[in-house]
Amino acid sequence: MSTVICKVEDLTKNSGSCALLTQNGQQQQIAIYYLPNTEQKVFGLGNWDPIGQANVMSRGMVGSIDDELVVASPLYKQHFSLVTGKCLEQDASLPVYELAIEDQNIVLKS
Amino acid sequence: MSKLKVVVVGNGMVGHHYVETLATSDVDAEITVIGGETRPAYDRVHLSEVFDGKEPSDLAMTTREHYDDLGVNAHFGDFVASIDRDAKTVTTVGGQQFSYDKLVLATGSYPFIPPVPGHDQAHCLAYRTIDDLAEIKASAKGKKVGVVVGGGLLGLECANALKNLGLEAHVVEFAPGLMGVQLDDGGSQMLRRKIEDLGVKVHTSKATQLISSGDQHRLKMEFADDTELETDMIVFSAGIRPYDQLARDADLKVGERGGIEIDYQCKTSDENIFAIGECAVLGNFIYGLVAPGYRMAEAAVSQLSDDKVSFTGADMSTKLKLLGVDVGSIGDSKGLAEDSRAFVFSDERDDVYKRLNVSADGKKVLGATLVGDCDDYDTILQYYLNDIDLPENAENLILPALDGEAPSLGVDALPMTASICSCHNVSKGDVISAIDGGCQSVADVKSCTSAATGCGGCAALLKNVVDFELTARGVEVNTDICEHFKHTRQELFTIAQSSQIKTFDELIEKHGTGHGCDICKPAVGSIMASLWNEHVLESDLVQLQDTNDNFMANMQKDGTYSVVPRVPAGEILPEQLIVLGQVAKKYDLYSKITGGQRVDLFGAKLNDLPDIWSALIDAGFETGHAYAKSLRTVKSCVGSTWCRYGVQDSVGQAIDIEHRYKGLRSPHKLKMAVSGCTRECAEAQSKDVGIIATENGWNLYVCGNGGMKPRHADLFATDLDTPTLIKYIDRFLMFYVRTADRLQRTSTWFENLEGGLPYLQDVIINDSLGIAEDLEAQMQHVVNTYQCEWKTAITDKEKLKRFTQFVNSDKDDDAVIMVEERGQKRPATDAEKKRLAFKAVS
Repeated sequence: MSTVICKVEDLTKNSGSCALLTQNGQQQQIAIYYLPNTEQKVFGLGNWDPIGQANVMSRGMVGSIDDELVVASPLYKQHFSLVTGKCLEQDASLPVYELAIEDQNIVLKS
Repeated sequence: MSKLKVVVVGNGMVGHHYVETLATSDVDAEITVIGGETRPAYDRVHLSEVFDGKEPSDLAMTTREHYDDLGVNAHFGDFVASIDRDAKTVTTVGGQQFSYDKLVLATGSYPFIPPVPGHDQAHCLAYRTIDDLAEIKASAKGKKVGVVVGGGLLGLECANALKNLGLEAHVVEFAPGLMGVQLDDGGSQMLRRKIEDLGVKVHTSKATQLISSGDQHRLKMEFADDTELETDMIVFSAGIRPYDQLARDADLKVGERGGIEIDYQCKTSDENIFAIGECAVLGNFIYGLVAPGYRMAEAAVSQLSDDKVSFTGADMSTKLKLLGVDVGSIGDSKGLAEDSRAFVFSDERDDVYKRLNVSADGKKVLGATLVGDCDDYDTILQYYLNDIDLPENAENLILPALDGEAPSLGVDALPMTASICSCHNVSKGDVISAIDGGCQSVADVKSCTSAATGCGGCAALLKNVVDFELTARGVEVNTDICEHFKHTRQELFTIAQSSQIKTFDELIEKHGTGHGCDICKPAVGSIMASLWNEHVLESDLVQLQDTNDNFMANMQKDGTYSVVPRVPAGEILPEQLIVLGQVAKKYDLYSKITGGQRVDLFGAKLNDLPDIWSALIDAGFETGHAYAKSLRTVKSCVGSTWCRYGVQDSVGQAIDIEHRYKGLRSPHKLKMAVSGCTRECAEAQSKDVGIIATENGWNLYVCGNGGMKPRHADLFATDLDTPTLIKYIDRFLMFYVRTADRLQRTSTWFENLEGGLPYLQDVIINDSLGIAEDLEAQMQHVVNTYQCEWKTAITDKEKLKRFTQFVNSDKDDDAVIMVEERGQKRPATDAEKKRLAFKAVS
C-alpha cells in the first residue's frame, strides 16, 4: 500500500522537509530528505531528535561520512544514517520510513 | 607560627616578579613592597613604544588592585632612606617604618651621566622611567634636533624614540663603534650603515668636553677633537649604574665597581637580606637584562621554601630589533676566546652581517654576531646553550642556502632542558609535558605554558617543537578541512576564487569526493558568500546553510527560533521600539535585551518567521545576522554628542561601520565596538575590531575577544583619520576572511599567525604582500552587493517554501509547549510537560 504525502516540488534538493502523518489515530512527524544525486533519491526518518528532545531532524544538514549517507542533528550535531536511522556517535536511533517517488509524488510504502 | 614578614624595596620589573612569585608560592608570607615611582611596576623594556602611540597604562605589569587581591601591602611614591639591620627595619623618606624578617633589595639602576661640565642644565635629560619620557616629550615639543649620548642598546632605543617625536636624531658615542658590548667591529659597522640609512646621524669616537648654550639651537656640545654639534636637547644613555647607596649605608658588601654583592642564593653579606636584578653583582658581573633578573627573583623566593634553587649566572645572548634593524648577539660574540675561530659572512648589497665563532676543533659554537638578519639566531643559540656538536661545514649555519631553504637544527636534537622561551623560562620538557597534558596546538601550548607570550621571539621555534612532537606521537597534523576535501579552508578559498566556482556541487565534483558534510558545507557556504555574496537561500546554496543560516533565525532548544533585527550601534527610534513590542505581543515572543545593544525575541514558530519579518521590515528594520557567521554588532557609547568626556562622535562612526560591514560572511562571527574616549565604555578592546576615539582621530585595536577565552585586543594603529581607518579595517577583515580556518575567531587566528603583530601590520599598513588593493576591491564588492536577506526572502515564493512546519499540513508542532514565568512565556521543562500531559488526560 502507498500513501501520497506531498509533491517532489514541495521539497528542497539536498535538504530535509517535514510531513505530518496520521497512522492508527496517532500523529507522526516524518523528516523527508531529497537527494536527487543518489540512487534512492528520497529518504524518510522520524523527525523527533531523541538526544536533543525536539522535532527538528528535518532541519539538519545531509551529507556522507565514510560513504554512509547521514543527517546531522541541527541541535547537537550527532549524525544519523539515512538508511538505517542509527546514530553514529551514540546509542540512539530514528525510525526509518520507506519512501519512493511515483508520478512526481512522494509516497510512503508500507 | 606567625607569618614571615618580607619587605621588597623596589617595584621595577624584577621586584614585581619577586612579589608575584612569592605571593603565588606556598610560602606563608606577609609581603610589603615599597616603590619609589608613583606607579606600580611597568614594562621598561618597551618604554620607547610610548612614543609610538602606546599609553603608559599599556605598559603596566600590575595594578594596585591586583596587589590588593594578592594580599600584598603596596607603598608607592616613597623611597627607602635607611636600613637598620639590628632592629630589622627600614625607614622611608616619608618617615614610615616597616619591620622585616627577610629584606629584598630590588632597587635597580640609574642612568650614568658623564660628569661633563654643563651636563646639569635644562634639556639635558635621562632615559629610564615613564616620568623621564614625559620630560623628553615636553623638551622636544616644537624643536628640531635631539642628541642621544651613548650608542648602546638603550641609547639606540632612545634615538628611535626621538626620531618618532619628529626630531632629527643624533647618536654620540665615546667608543669607536655602536653596541660595542654585544657586537664585533664588522657587525657594529653594518649596524651603523643601516641606522644611518634610516636617517639617524651617528658620531663615534667623540668625547664630549663641554655643553654650552648654542647659537642656532638651545645647546652646543664641544668635543675633544675640536668639533661641535648644536642640538635642542640631550638625552644621556651612556650605561647604567646599580642603585647601591642604601646597601653601602647599611655596610653591606658591595662590588669593586659598585653593585650589591650576592652569592648563588642571591643573599647579600647579611643573611636576612637578598639583592636581585640590576642592583646586584655576582662574581663581578651585573646582569642588565630582564630574563636573568627574573631568574634571580625566583631563586631568592625559593630560599624561603623547601625547594631551593640557585642562580649561578645566566646567558646574556640577546636578539632584538633596533630602529627596525634585526640584531643578535650570542655568547662570545666577538670571538675573544683564545682558541676561537670565526666564519664571517658579509653582504653589503642587502646589508647583512653574520659572524659565527666556533672552537678550534670546529665542534662547538662559542658565540655569534648577527646584524640585518636574525633568522639563524634560534638555531645557533640552541647549539650554543645545549653544547650540541656542530655538523660538518658549520659555516652553512650562517650562509644563505642555495636552494632557498635555510638549514635548521632538527628540534629532536634538542635536549629536554633546552630553553625554548627565555622570557617565561619554558624548556622543551615543559612544552612536551603540556602536550602530554592534552595540548593539541601551538595556541594551546601558549596559553598553558605562557611560552612565546613575552617578547615573542621564540614563536617559530615553539611551533617547530610542537609540530614535531604532535607528528611524533601520531597526532596527524592534518589540516584537511574534512574527509571530503584534501584541502585547508584557505586553499578552498583560493581555489573557488581563482576558478570562479560558485556552487558546492561544482567544487566537490572537481576538487573533492562524496556528498559533503556539516563541516565542509557551511565552510564552503561561507566562502561562497564572502566571494560572491549571493543570497544564502539561492537554490544551489541553501543546502550549505547550517541550522541557523538555513532559516535565517536562531534555533532554540525546543526547535523554535529567536529573531534579532539589526539596531546599528544600538541607536533606535521610539517608534521602532514600539513596533518591537507590538510584534512580540502579537506572536507571543519572550523578549530580552542582548549584550550587543539590541533586542532578541524568542519562541517564534518556523511558519511565523516570514510574517514577523514583514512587520519588522515595514518598521524600517533589517536582518541582524545573529544567526550567521558574520558581523553581529558594532557597539557604541554615546560619544561626544552627549557625553561630557567624549572626544569624537562614536555613535555616528559605529553606525557607518556597522552599515559598511553588515552582511559580510566570515570564518566566524565578528564583533566590533567604537568608544568615544579612552574611558572605553563600549569595551572595544574585547572585540575583533575595536576603535577608540582620540583627540586626533581614532586608535584601531584588533583581534580581541570576550567569551570563553578572553583576549585583550592589540593596538594596531593610532590617530587614524576615518578614510584610513576604514581602509585598514577593509584590508584586515578580508585578510582574515581569506586566511583563517573555519570557525576560527580573529583572536585564535592571530595567536597562530606567524610573525604576529609586526607581520600583520606589515601586510595591512605597508602592503608587504602586494594584495591590499585586491583586499579592498573584494570588500567593496561585498559592500556593493549587500541585501537584507529577509527583505529579499519575504517577496520570493521559492524561498518562503521552506518556512512551513509541515509540507502537507497547517498544524503546529505539538511537542512545543510553553509555560509562563515572570509575565512571559518560556519552554516547559520535561517535568512540566509530563504534569501538563497528565492533566490533559484526566
